[in-house]
Amino acid sequence: MRRLLILLPPLAWLLLLVAAPLLIIGLIAFAEAGPGVPPFIPPFGWAGGPVWRGSTESIGTLLGETYYLEAFLRSLLTAFVTAALCLLLAYPMALGIAGARPSWRLPLLLLVLLPFWAGFLPRLGAWIGLLRDGGWANGVLGLAGIGPLRLLYSNLALYLGMVHAYLPFAVLPLATALLRRDRSLEEAAADLGATPFTVFRSVTLPLSLPAAASAFLLVFIPAAGEFVIPELLGPPEAQLVGRVLWGEFFQNRDWPLAAALALAMLVLLLPPILLFQRLGRRG
Amino acid sequence: MALLAVEGLSKRFGAALALDGLDLELRPGEFLALLGGSGSGKSTLLRLVAGFETPDAGRILLEGRDLAGLPPHARPVGMMFQSYALFPHLSVFDNVAYGLRRERMAAAEIGQRVREALAMVGLEAMAGRKPHQLSGGQRQRVALVRSLVKRPRLLLLDEPLAALDAGLRERTGLELRALQRRIGAGFVMVTHDQAEALALADRIAVLEAGRLAQCGPPAELYERPATRFVARFLGAANVLEGKVGADGVMVAGPCRLALPHGAAPGETLAVALRPERIRLLEGAPPGANGVAGVLRDLAYRGDGWMALVALPDGTELRVALPAGVAPPEPGSHLALGWPAEALVALRA
Amino acid sequence: MRRIGLALGLGFLWAPILLMVLYAFSADRIPFQWGGFSLRWFAALAANERMREAALLSLRIAAGAATLATLLGGLAGWALARFGPFRGRTLLGALASAPLVLPEVVTGLSLLLLFVLAQGAVEAWLGWAPGRGAATILLAHATIGLAYVAVVVQARLAALDPSLEEAAADLGAEPFTIFRTVTLPLIAPSLAAGWLLAFTLSLDDVVVASFVSGPAGTTLPMLVFSALKVGLTPEVNALAALFLALAALFVGAAGLFLARRANGAG
Repeated sequence: MRRLLILLPPLAWLLLLVAAPLLIIGLIAFAEAGPGVPPFIPPFGWAGGPVWRGSTESIGTLLGETYYLEAFLRSLLTAFVTAALCLLLAYPMALGIAGARPSWRLPLLLLVLLPFWAGFLPRLGAWIGLLRDGGWANGVLGLAGIGPLRLLYSNLALYLGMVHAYLPFAVLPLATALLRRDRSLEEAAADLGATPFTVFRSVTLPLSLPAAASAFLLVFIPAAGEFVIPELLGPPEAQLVGRVLWGEFFQNRDWPLAAALALAMLVLLLPPILLFQRLGRRG
Repeated sequence: MALLAVEGLSKRFGAALALDGLDLELRPGEFLALLGGSGSGKSTLLRLVAGFETPDAGRILLEGRDLAGLPPHARPVGMMFQSYALFPHLSVFDNVAYGLRRERMAAAEIGQRVREALAMVGLEAMAGRKPHQLSGGQRQRVALVRSLVKRPRLLLLDEPLAALDAGLRERTGLELRALQRRIGAGFVMVTHDQAEALALADRIAVLEAGRLAQCGPPAELYERPATRFVARFLGAANVLEGKVGADGVMVAGPCRLALPHGAAPGETLAVALRPERIRLLEGAPPGANGVAGVLRDLAYRGDGWMALVALPDGTELRVALPAGVAPPEPGSHLALGWPAEALVALRA
Repeated sequence: MRRIGLALGLGFLWAPILLMVLYAFSADRIPFQWGGFSLRWFAALAANERMREAALLSLRIAAGAATLATLLGGLAGWALARFGPFRGRTLLGALASAPLVLPEVVTGLSLLLLFVLAQGAVEAWLGWAPGRGAATILLAHATIGLAYVAVVVQARLAALDPSLEEAAADLGAEPFTIFRTVTLPLIAPSLAAGWLLAFTLSLDDVVVASFVSGPAGTTLPMLVFSALKVGLTPEVNALAALFLALAALFVGAAGLFLARRANGAG
């Protein structure tokens, strides 16, 4: 009885606000767009009995037009490059934190996390100020006799913003794993005659691979659906899936197509999400 | 009447049988040690008595009253945990007062009882500290008085000394027993350390695979082990197995054993022989209760040597050699002998 | 080598933020030109009526959503950590972690569709339905926050030594007393951390809020987003400087509190 009182409120809440909305997405993806508010015709009707009025038009559009296929490919590529860059930057940072004196570790970790509290949007604002025409970066380049260059609304700006936003996500799991590692394994390898670099390559690196995979996915999964950063920093042609969905919904008011895009994103992201959760259970 | 009586107690965890029809009694004011390896069921017995687990079969009686159905908080039984389980967010004073506050005792009386309890273990000055500011030994004493401050008739102790340094363990154990004598409560202490059990307990109950192997005073268990398991677990005795011949002498490999009370011809037997009862002899070994062998290995133990002697059939005997005499070289031929009363016939 | 990597990474993280804070105090509108020290952007921020209203709305939504999320997430975390295997456990676990991994646009769109359908149903039934706005944003943010709180609380409960609660029971405490005097004080820091996490997530969210909001609800991030889209930044700089100062103040206070507790003053 008491168990039911504890279980019921969150379960009911989650069924209503997580499970039901996802089912509705699946349903509306098969609805026909139409004028009116809301701008679609429900796929199920009632005329003396249940009637199917749905259509696979949106799904067909999605699969038929290369514009959408390209958006998905570009999103996956962008997310992959972002996650790889984050991992490349985060690994030496995590090593540095794990190798620092114990009293320095928490302050260093806080220094990595504190930018979060500056706010996600203000941090993007900082990049806009840095990169825009007449901004800081062009000023410095100008002193060196270069430029002015068009830096904002470029792929460079897009990746700078993405890596800046997601880097802490990659540092945290790596630093935790490296802090928890059993140092005697490395000492044993050194004792057996391995040079510091060989110790790193043959012991430290392989043992941190699960954490590195977690860090990669922790960046990849949200980056694949990112909307705000490409919108504010990226070039107009960087039509990633998040942006395309936003456009279909807010500009074209094609809700069924937006729902179909969301459905496709779910299907595409399910394998990395499941992989991530398996890694999390093992760690 | 027994303070605690356990009758036919059984407990199964999935496929594993932790307790298998256990019978046990504790007299008022007695210090009982539950001794056994890991998985012998000794901790399960404690948790069943405290009420954290429910038995599958059997009864637990405290001063004649069946405890079945009573939740842990309603049982007049104290427990001291192996991890101490001190509340990290409460001070030493509040930890000790916790149980008294649950009885809605007046604040003044709580204060007095807690101060008395802390004084008993010399920790009055630590009342304001948090557990993480104490040493391991101080934590152990706080956990002890916290479980005693409600003056339970029965205290259960789960490996109370295991987390202490070796140097502190012996002294703390003796203090524990002195305290028990003073307050007169019944103690049931779970331990895997035979020396601890031998030194502190009035009686020892040896558990093997959820059953009682033997229960009795330490000297009795040590000198007259009932089973192979008890003989090997307490003091690592040699166990010799063989058949009694027509002349009433038992033959175990190369050893001829004349048992103190004789034996029926044809009987198959196992006997225990303590390493410290075996002597080195000059010349040839006697025809019975003696054997010749080769010294294989020697380990220094401070109070003497433990010698491993290989017998002609390849089996080995553990022999304790006293200190103060130069031991023989490994590889030398030895003659061994022992008195008949050193041989203890085992039941199983 | 490691230190160089760490310094480079931290430099990359902090350089744009520090420059932004610096130029929040510059009188000039052009970022690279130092126009002399000035607080004019802070004054402009304080005078901006829409910004103030949006900030107030955001704070109210964040506080409400975080509180709801802590209550519900605490219960979910408790069920996941303490109920053992039960029917529906996999479902609860999957639903509670879904908001952590779903793309924001998917969460936003799916919740909006739910709210639209619910509005339609209520209108068909009563002839009138409440509009979307602060309330729908609060529901959405509470759902996302719930997921984070559940993870934090579940992890804390799983790490708790079970003999602490057994010891309390042995000393005569009934189940609710055990919860009140032992369990709750020990998980309180995780509940506080979960609340804070849900609060900051709500204050930071623009995507989900944009989907589920109606004409009545414009939050601070939504306002900042539209400002950044046209590239207007000095006031945003001032806002970020303000956020950062508050965050640093909070982290400093928390650090001081933890240090004092560790040194055992109380």
